[in-house]
Amino acid sequence: MPEIRTEVMTVNMGPQHPSTHGVLRLVLELDGETVLSAAPTIGYLHTGIEKTAEQKKWQQVIPLVERMDYLSAQSNSMAFCMSVEKLLGLEIPERVRWIRVLIAELQRINSHLVWLGTHGMEVGAVSVMLYCFRERELLLNLNEMLAGFRLFPSYMRVGGLREDLPRGFHAAVRAFLDAFPAKLDEYEDLLTRNTIYLQRTQGVGVISHADAIAYGLVGPIARAAGSDYDVRKYFPYLGYDQLDFAVPTRTTGDVYGRYQVRVAEMRESVKLCRQALERIAPIGDYAVADPRITPPPKDRVYTEMEALIQHFLIYSQGFTVPAGEAYVPVEGPRGEQGFSVVSDGTNRPWRIKSRAPSLLACQALERMIVGGLIADVIAVIGSIDVVMGDVDR
Amino acid sequence: MDADVLIAALQHAVPGAHVERASSIDLQTTVYVAKDEVEPVARALRDVPELGFALLAELTAVDYWPKAPRYELVYLLVSIANRQRLRMKVQLPDDAARVATVTGIWPGANWLEREVWDLFGIAFDGHPDPRRLLMPEDWEGHPLRKDYPVQIHMTPRASEALQVTAEEFRANVERDRRLR
Amino acid sequence: MGLETDIPVLTTSVEKMVQWARRSSIWPVTFGLACCAIEMMAMSCSRYDIARFGAEVFRGSPRQSDLMIVAGRLSRKMAPALRRIYDQMPEPKWVISMGACASIGGVFDNYALVQGVDQIVPVDVYVPGCPPRPESLIYGIVQLQRKIAEQKLT
Repeated sequence: MPEIRTEVMTVNMGPQHPSTHGVLRLVLELDGETVLSAAPTIGYLHTGIEKTAEQKKWQQVIPLVERMDYLSAQSNSMAFCMSVEKLLGLEIPERVRWIRVLIAELQRINSHLVWLGTHGMEVGAVSVMLYCFRERELLLNLNEMLAGFRLFPSYMRVGGLREDLPRGFHAAVRAFLDAFPAKLDEYEDLLTRNTIYLQRTQGVGVISHADAIAYGLVGPIARAAGSDYDVRKYFPYLGYDQLDFAVPTRTTGDVYGRYQVRVAEMRESVKLCRQALERIAPIGDYAVADPRITPPPKDRVYTEMEALIQHFLIYSQGFTVPAGEAYVPVEGPRGEQGFSVVSDGTNRPWRIKSRAPSLLACQALERMIVGGLIADVIAVIGSIDVVMGDVDR
Repeated sequence: MDADVLIAALQHAVPGAHVERASSIDLQTTVYVAKDEVEPVARALRDVPELGFALLAELTAVDYWPKAPRYELVYLLVSIANRQRLRMKVQLPDDAARVATVTGIWPGANWLEREVWDLFGIAFDGHPDPRRLLMPEDWEGHPLRKDYPVQIHMTPRASEALQVTAEEFRANVERDRRLR
Repeated sequence: MGLETDIPVLTTSVEKMVQWARRSSIWPVTFGLACCAIEMMAMSCSRYDIARFGAEVFRGSPRQSDLMIVAGRLSRKMAPALRRIYDQMPEPKWVISMGACASIGGVFDNYALVQGVDQIVPVDVYVPGCPPRPESLIYGIVQLQRKIAEQKLT
């Protein structure tokens, strides 16, 4: 029989690809269908947000940082606000803290829905995408109620929130929380015991616990590999230590484990949202009462001189933050995130650095796909839930 | 764990290390480490059981131009076992912005150090893959330095430079023809 | 167009026929870069359903598509790839620049971004917003359909 000539093929899974979750470039070396090596190239979405933020005043940075990790926008802005508040030494009122918990958990559900939809679509279950985005529209309606904007409400401010919760917000959130677990059961019906899904995801893209920690992975990827590191339990913030919730973990470290962890996290987030919702007092502060930082209400601006001056100062030159450095870790949908904020005592940041969980997940990608099949590459990229805006900033 | 206990454990593990405590207002204890001792101190931080900082959360740099020393490298470390966080800072002067790599200790530092090289120009001795990460490969300058402008006027390049020379192309075609 | 009442025949001109066919089945290529891509995906899902306007599928390959919706911020590193994808699309092709970053550089006026994709590819419709609501993008596509309805064949 004649010798079949084989050779290693180099394939470029280019920056434009339906399944790379944005602009990630992988140069794969394939022996047939087996991946021999993968060289990820990033930077195709580098936006220089950190440099641009050095030119803006502190409150103006919030819309910029929301656009970094665009699926967990409010977690991002909350993490930034918390770092700046630490530098300012502000004590956030309790009501604001519960509202922040509620919004952060709703954002977690939002991000996981996008993940589940796109991951399902890439693995072949296209209906899952349509269902998840349908539920997500309900969450985007809530965002719209808050601040008029679907994706980037910019509702978080240094010192608290932009304005009070709108009328009907509690009822709308409760309606969503009552309807959502049943929908989650629908998605699990489609995927969790589906033979095709199991065969595509079990044993695929495995990373061990030790490797995950060595590569700096956190969040659902590490928790599927056996770690139980969750910033909400280890370094509690905003009152999470008073709430009752569990951190789901698995030990398999594969794509299926990550799926199970994220679906379980969505259920835990629903529990957290309910608890936070009942702790939000109906009337109260929406921001810290510091005149340098929180603008006064509009009716006072139109009638009182002092309020007018306050308003003018805040919106023209902003507030100054004492010199120093702060980093407050926050558990975002992808793991620990936070902003390392350096101030030089003026009204502009000296340096902000976003701790991007997606960057380290992208780095560990090579570890997870080498030795597998090319079809598994898609499943793995979907499971690590990278957001290229966060990777490249 | 108390900050002084932490520093004492570190001094015990790496005798003669110049470790200086700095003030910090957040969860992280902040220490300054001399730039020549980064590698042994980092190894001790990871391996000594009382310290156990196995997770490198962040590796970044801050440019304090025109103050001296110009750069400050910031390592954010997490010890999951001991529920402890640490911020290790290394000061680097403008004319000697090099430090040893920690990729052998925390493999996750690979891309983080590449990013610092790309955006600040701080070199890491012993790094396995010292290339730019975020900017195009042939970019000149290190954008996040304070003397680099925010806005630049440059026509965007709409096509990539050819990746093979004419001779290489001809040689590839010849080789292909011979193999068929 | 003329409609004969006793024989079941429709008469029209070739130009109108081609224009109608082209504008009623614009298939976009997936070129979602950043946050606008999420709104583009929301537009293609069940609430805002772009399929009713003819954009039934988002083709993965540029060689099978007519429309490129540049959704998101274009960095300098990505610009050659954008041009390449545009060149690989067969005629007739159109480009919608979705969002502020694609149209003019958006909030990010700095070293890393191309200040508007019209420096790289010719754009037919600009849709402003950060990100534009799915309804805005649908309006942009409808405007493009109107533009195609007036395009001459020669």
